[in-house]
Amino acid sequence: MMLIREFEVRCAQAYQQAKIGGFCHLYIGQEAAAVGTLNAVNPDDPVVLAYRDHGHALARGMDPGACMAEMYGKATGCAKGKGGSMHMFDRPHWLFGGHGIVGAQTPLGAGLAFAARYEWEVLGRSLENPGVPAGSPPRRKVCLCYLGDGALNQGALHEAMNLAGLYSLPVIYIVENNGYSMGTSIDRGTTMAHDLMAKANAYGIEGRAIDGFDILALYDEFKPLVDLCRQKQVPAFVDLKTYRYQGHSMSDPQKYRTKDEVEAWKAKDSIDRFAHHLMSERTGSDGRPVLSEQRFSEIQDDVRTRVRAAVEFAEASPVPDLSELYADVMVNPHPGMSPSGTYVTGAPNPLLR
Amino acid sequence: MPRTPQMIEKGLTLVDAINEALSQEMERDARVICLGEDVGLNGGVFRVTEGLQRRFGPDRCIDTPLSESGIMGTSIGLAMAGMRPIPEIQFEGFLGPAHDQLVNHAARFRNRTRGAITIPLTVRVPWGGGIHAPEFHSDSPEAIYTHSPGMKVVCPSTPSDAKGLLLAAIRDPDPVIFFEPKRVYRSFRERVPEEDYTIPIGKAKLLTEGTDLTVVTWGASVFQCLETLDSLPDDQSVELIDLRTINPFDADAVAASVEKTGRCVVVQEAPKTCSMASELSATIQERCFLHLLAPVQRVCGFDTIMPYAKLELEYLPDPKRIAEAIGHTLAY
Repeated sequence: MMLIREFEVRCAQAYQQAKIGGFCHLYIGQEAAAVGTLNAVNPDDPVVLAYRDHGHALARGMDPGACMAEMYGKATGCAKGKGGSMHMFDRPHWLFGGHGIVGAQTPLGAGLAFAARYEWEVLGRSLENPGVPAGSPPRRKVCLCYLGDGALNQGALHEAMNLAGLYSLPVIYIVENNGYSMGTSIDRGTTMAHDLMAKANAYGIEGRAIDGFDILALYDEFKPLVDLCRQKQVPAFVDLKTYRYQGHSMSDPQKYRTKDEVEAWKAKDSIDRFAHHLMSERTGSDGRPVLSEQRFSEIQDDVRTRVRAAVEFAEASPVPDLSELYADVMVNPHPGMSPSGTYVTGAPNPLLR
Repeated sequence: MPRTPQMIEKGLTLVDAINEALSQEMERDARVICLGEDVGLNGGVFRVTEGLQRRFGPDRCIDTPLSESGIMGTSIGLAMAGMRPIPEIQFEGFLGPAHDQLVNHAARFRNRTRGAITIPLTVRVPWGGGIHAPEFHSDSPEAIYTHSPGMKVVCPSTPSDAKGLLLAAIRDPDPVIFFEPKRVYRSFRERVPEEDYTIPIGKAKLLTEGTDLTVVTWGASVFQCLETLDSLPDDQSVELIDLRTINPFDADAVAASVEKTGRCVVVQEAPKTCSMASELSATIQERCFLHLLAPVQRVCGFDTIMPYAKLELEYLPDPKRIAEAIGHTLAY
């Protein structure tokens, strides 16, 4: 969580220095949501994200350097500087993006869950994937598909939930409910905002509402749900109540909420609460807190060092070669695509080397 | 599935050939599944997937709800995970709800992930006019998807091309939209090899050789052009090219022919403005300018909405309009 926060703070700085272009949606405040849920699944469970995705990528194990370089649009980024902030992909970590269109990722989650179920129920073997040799025995998987509360109003989600309910697909739709779809509060944009579970129940999907600001309670409630979905191969829906401290993007005047409201959420910050818990409430066998002030300070230093290294890596990395502009559109050469008349296949993705 | 006595004696229709290709590929590769509205129990709205659910079971030939965005998004997720899904969209106009998934996801993932994730997806879509239905049951949207980098667009005109191109599409690592001309579905039978074969995506077919003018077309218009050629005076020697793949299209074959003949007429069902015919015309003037003896002519549908049954044949290019364009171009 601390790594994500530090990473996001440095992203904001780099964005203000115009080193990061386009759009940048920060995850500050919501860290417990990604960390608490992603630690409840296996490394080979597929994961699909919406556009506020840097935090999940880091929580899933993506190298912070590759993540920051992608923000910078550099050739060493997870998508070789082609995707940017909203498109964090990490195939070896079973991270299938990073999607910029609100709600459009939700049927992809249904498809990944469908494939996972097909593997052990019909094929009887794993599909070939990075790190998975052909013919490996299949494992029961659960797909985590994240969305924001704004996506609740998109048709794609409802088609996806209908299919997931109909075919009993092992996908968990996790609504990171930070209360705002860009500048519109959930009460102004979504029916049944007080009981989102009713929407899932309409598709035969069970689930629960979980406090996304208390990492321990979140994990304790989420893990049994994951185990249930894996075991029974059924979908689920989670209303994960959380909050973002920053604006929707870097250019958000935030007229839709008060400073008091933001401060009230910051007062119960998930990192502060967890640190407080470890430093004063939870004691080890020796009767002392499990986390000392000194160790906490070391973790802070370590996180700063790692993110500084990621920034330095991104700064020092080369911009993509101009030929990359014409690469990786189709597998086969497509004459006439580039002004020079030649087609290039592009260098391999750094995360697949 | 074994061929029927009629298929053995008289050959295969376009529907038979597509069905055989699907069946053979599902037999060969367990990652291949068909899904769509009524593709299972009912065998598809045009009965193209008839018998596949009986043979391969409901886990591999899957009836879905009426839910194009969900069908396409789920298929993309399946493809991401390493499957080879073949969704059917009942009519080309119903691609509308799935457009976001196709254009913003399927076509772009290879590029967006720098080759880490590819989408081996084949979208089967009945296409074009000629079945007396209006609007989105008879449209020709090939240019829309050709205008989406990363998407391959195929449109066979004959049963044997359809089988070979469909097998190539399913095995292709990129997303392919496979447009099936409805007007040809059961219009004739032809001999189709029973064994497994592919026809490369991106290669046009030279149907007739000629020296004076090149006609470029695809889909059901191929047969309108063949009929036209049969009625031309003996002194008009026309070369006919079936484009077969719309994107990436075989510009080399078109340019080589036009450099030889110096004249070209493009025939398509779609509206004229900003269409594939426009793209071909522009490509020809870029590549063959000094060989051209006349402006490239376009015989197209009109820039209006595809009409209902009684006006349908006025809208679609017919031998009269094609012959007129050929005559004007030769006399220029």
